[in-house]
Amino acid sequence: MTELLEIQDLTVQFESDAGEIEAVDHINLTIRRGEVVGLVGESGSGKSVTSFAILRLIRRPGRVKSGTIKFNGVDLASLSEEDMRQVRGAKIAMISQSPRTALNPVIPVGRQISRLFKLHAGLSAPEAEKRMLEMLSLVRIPDPEKRARQYAHQLSGGMCQRVMIAMALATSPQLLLADEPTTGLDVSIAAKILDLLRELGARTGAAILFITHDLGVVAEICDRVVVMHAGQVVESAPVRTLFNNPAHPYTRALVRSIPRIDRDVSMEPIPGSVPSLLNPAPGCRYVERCDWASERCRLSRPPLAEVAADHLVACYGYEERRGTC
Amino acid sequence: MPTLPSSPPVTPRPIPPSLVWRRVRRNPLSFTALCVIVTIALIALFAPLVAPYPPDATDAGSALQSVSWQHLLGTDLYGRDQLSRIIYAARVDLSVAFAATAAAVAIGALLGAIVGYRGGWVDNVAMRAVDAVMAFPAFVLAMGITAAMGNSTGNVAIAISITQIPAYLRLIRGEMLRVREMEYADAARTVGNPAWRIVLIHLLPNCLPPLIVQATLAMGFALLTMASLSFIGLGIQPPQSEWGVMTAEGASQIVTGEWWLFLFPGLAIMITVLAFNLVGDGLRDFLDPRMRGIR
Amino acid sequence: MGFLNYLVRRLALVVPTLFGVSLICFFLTYMLPGNPAMVKAGPFATAEHLAEMEHQMGLDRSLPEQYIRYASGLLHGDLGESSATGRPVSQDFIQRLPATLELNLAALLIAIAIGIPLGVLSAVHRDTFIDHIGRVVGITGVAMPSFWTGLLFVYVFFYLLNLAPPPLGRLGSGITPPAHITGLYVVDSLMTGNWIALRSSLHQLMLPSATLGLSVMAPVARMVRSTMLEILESDYIKAAWAAGLPRRTVIYGDALRNAMIPVITILGIVFGFLMAGNAVVESVFAWPGIGNYAVTALMTKDSGPIQSFVLFVAVMYVAVNLLVDLAYGLADPRIRLR
Repeated sequence: MTELLEIQDLTVQFESDAGEIEAVDHINLTIRRGEVVGLVGESGSGKSVTSFAILRLIRRPGRVKSGTIKFNGVDLASLSEEDMRQVRGAKIAMISQSPRTALNPVIPVGRQISRLFKLHAGLSAPEAEKRMLEMLSLVRIPDPEKRARQYAHQLSGGMCQRVMIAMALATSPQLLLADEPTTGLDVSIAAKILDLLRELGARTGAAILFITHDLGVVAEICDRVVVMHAGQVVESAPVRTLFNNPAHPYTRALVRSIPRIDRDVSMEPIPGSVPSLLNPAPGCRYVERCDWASERCRLSRPPLAEVAADHLVACYGYEERRGTC
Repeated sequence: MPTLPSSPPVTPRPIPPSLVWRRVRRNPLSFTALCVIVTIALIALFAPLVAPYPPDATDAGSALQSVSWQHLLGTDLYGRDQLSRIIYAARVDLSVAFAATAAAVAIGALLGAIVGYRGGWVDNVAMRAVDAVMAFPAFVLAMGITAAMGNSTGNVAIAISITQIPAYLRLIRGEMLRVREMEYADAARTVGNPAWRIVLIHLLPNCLPPLIVQATLAMGFALLTMASLSFIGLGIQPPQSEWGVMTAEGASQIVTGEWWLFLFPGLAIMITVLAFNLVGDGLRDFLDPRMRGIR
Repeated sequence: MGFLNYLVRRLALVVPTLFGVSLICFFLTYMLPGNPAMVKAGPFATAEHLAEMEHQMGLDRSLPEQYIRYASGLLHGDLGESSATGRPVSQDFIQRLPATLELNLAALLIAIAIGIPLGVLSAVHRDTFIDHIGRVVGITGVAMPSFWTGLLFVYVFFYLLNLAPPPLGRLGSGITPPAHITGLYVVDSLMTGNWIALRSSLHQLMLPSATLGLSVMAPVARMVRSTMLEILESDYIKAAWAAGLPRRTVIYGDALRNAMIPVITILGIVFGFLMAGNAVVESVFAWPGIGNYAVTALMTKDSGPIQSFVLFVAVMYVAVNLLVDLAYGLADPRIRLR
């Protein structure tokens, strides 16, 4: 059976005054039907760029330099623009970062949802209106008729996010790209949003690519986790495995830096910072921050290798030390 | 009237020469425009040497002749050579535009600095005055002032200058206010710095770039205003040579088909103003130290 | 409620500005060379007659008193007299205002009809050939003096191509104006079904409105372009693309709707440019509006019309800017519904 989404060898570059920035470097990523995959990394690690690349929305000054993205076995690059447009929003939908700014400020929020029904499902205006109100109730917005007529600035952050989720799930997409959906939200509201996402995902059978920098959220909702650093995928594992047996030094540092209630651990920040993506070095990009760095790491990039069932790691150092870990 | 850029204060950084050259190269149009302006200025300066005929030399025999090798831009009703007149007219136009702009910058900046520094009621009154002056479209105000003061080149320059002062006043005042705020916020400097230090070290580097850009663009506008004023009969009068006046003289000849009389003076105005605008735009790009996004 | 707040605040700003405007205009009239009493009394007036006239006109009072006299005169609609026509300036103004209004409206329509699409195209095809052409057109247009553009049009379209009528006013010779309803010949002829007058007035309106319109088109196009560029980079437009909305909807629906709101603000500035260009364009085309009135007064050193024109334009500018700001407050739901 083909996977829902298969990204192979994707590279995305941006042109700037100073040179070429390689935001995503030959990454591989797979998402199965109904799976919730977390895409984790610091800001600037290429997570958002990946999601835009999936939707084929990388525009000037960026471009997709290499790689294929297959959705249901179909190479998305082979579709015409019109076909691709019909995939967007209908089969693959996105929830963007800051909910309020992602809503059009001069169109009532209800209309922003109902027009998607008209567009993708071909519904008439009254039908679309009805379905829109249903969606608003589904995402648990109280008094949907009143809220539908309001504008984005009249809704709270949490409500805006629910509207976004309603927009994304309107046409029952098979894949939902959730880009930092809980960032900037109050903790209790964020928890509710997570619950909502989890429930709706289960109900509609949609797979979710959950992009975040927050490992705590990942633990809550994801089935599998992919860790990115500086545009490269460094590890991919089921969620339990990742937290119990992190392999890549970066993952280990991330997991270590999570504050815990049950133990006394000193909070250890990861040394250094994300390297510049401008004309990057050929080897592993974690090299400057890594305890296990060797000359080989500097010169060539470690490939993603399967070290256990469904557990992939890209690290020479780990391979060497595997026996002892 | 081009409105002022409302950019936030920028920390001044020395620009390395390689970057200078790259930026100049990125804007060949502006660089060409700069050369054009320098050329025009030089031509105006050395008018007696460049012009083929004296500008007031009448020659009834060759009146109203079209473009020819003896008279590259034709002759007018009295046989005067248009090319020479246009060259001499450049002196008047450029010098008035420059004088008006320079005066406006100097006075506006000085007033703005004073007003921004003193604050209080002085500031309030000044801002209301600025609002009142800016309630007039610049050309109309210049019209009124020139009509009130009397027709002369000097008065035209004064009138144009007055209409431009508010813009610079606001710009410098804004910078001065920002600098003062920084001063108060800076815990180390609880003792107020003397005014001249503030001006030299803080104010000037920040406001010099937008000031230069604005002044360059304003020169073009001053030129247009001046030509328009003399076109409708204010300021420079015929038979003096000035581009606006010459166009007005040529206007009446259109219906008899003598196209060269109105076309070339107007073209001279357009080319000069265009050049000023392009240089101003280029300077704006050049002096903007923030990387202009990812291209 | 949010709008009411906005309205009150905006109105409060207007009052001191108008006061300042009247002060400036007063000084302009005061500064005039020559003695207005002498002008009015005539060249044969005796010294006593002159003194009598001066007293009558209040010229022997102190400066503040003269200002108060001037300002109260303004509030009663007294703009002085024109020594050329012998009539009150306000009367001449009212008679000539429709002509200027018609010209300005037509020019505004042209500026918007060309400027907005040009700006949108420039933004959508940023940094391509189309964009560069648009910017070249814009930047050249701004550099062209409006009187020159007008003359160029007259030469090409009237003298060379015979497509346009001679620049002699609002109607062709021998054609009577339509019945007076608004004073705008085009509107009035439409409303009364006077096709001859309609055709002639449109024909005469062609060149002057094109000249004036093109001279103010550049700021409109530039503003639309920069606003659209900003909006096209915004989060909600990116989200619109991601939602699979068709190109036409995203650009000409979602983006443009947001762009139009700030563009409203530039209409005020455009009006200022229109009034500034009015005097010049009207004089080129012998258009019988208030701009031409002021310009012809210059020839005869008739001061009343000139200064009144300046004052009138300023007041109109303030009024239009106020209206524009209010329209902005209404159009932007973020302000309206606070």
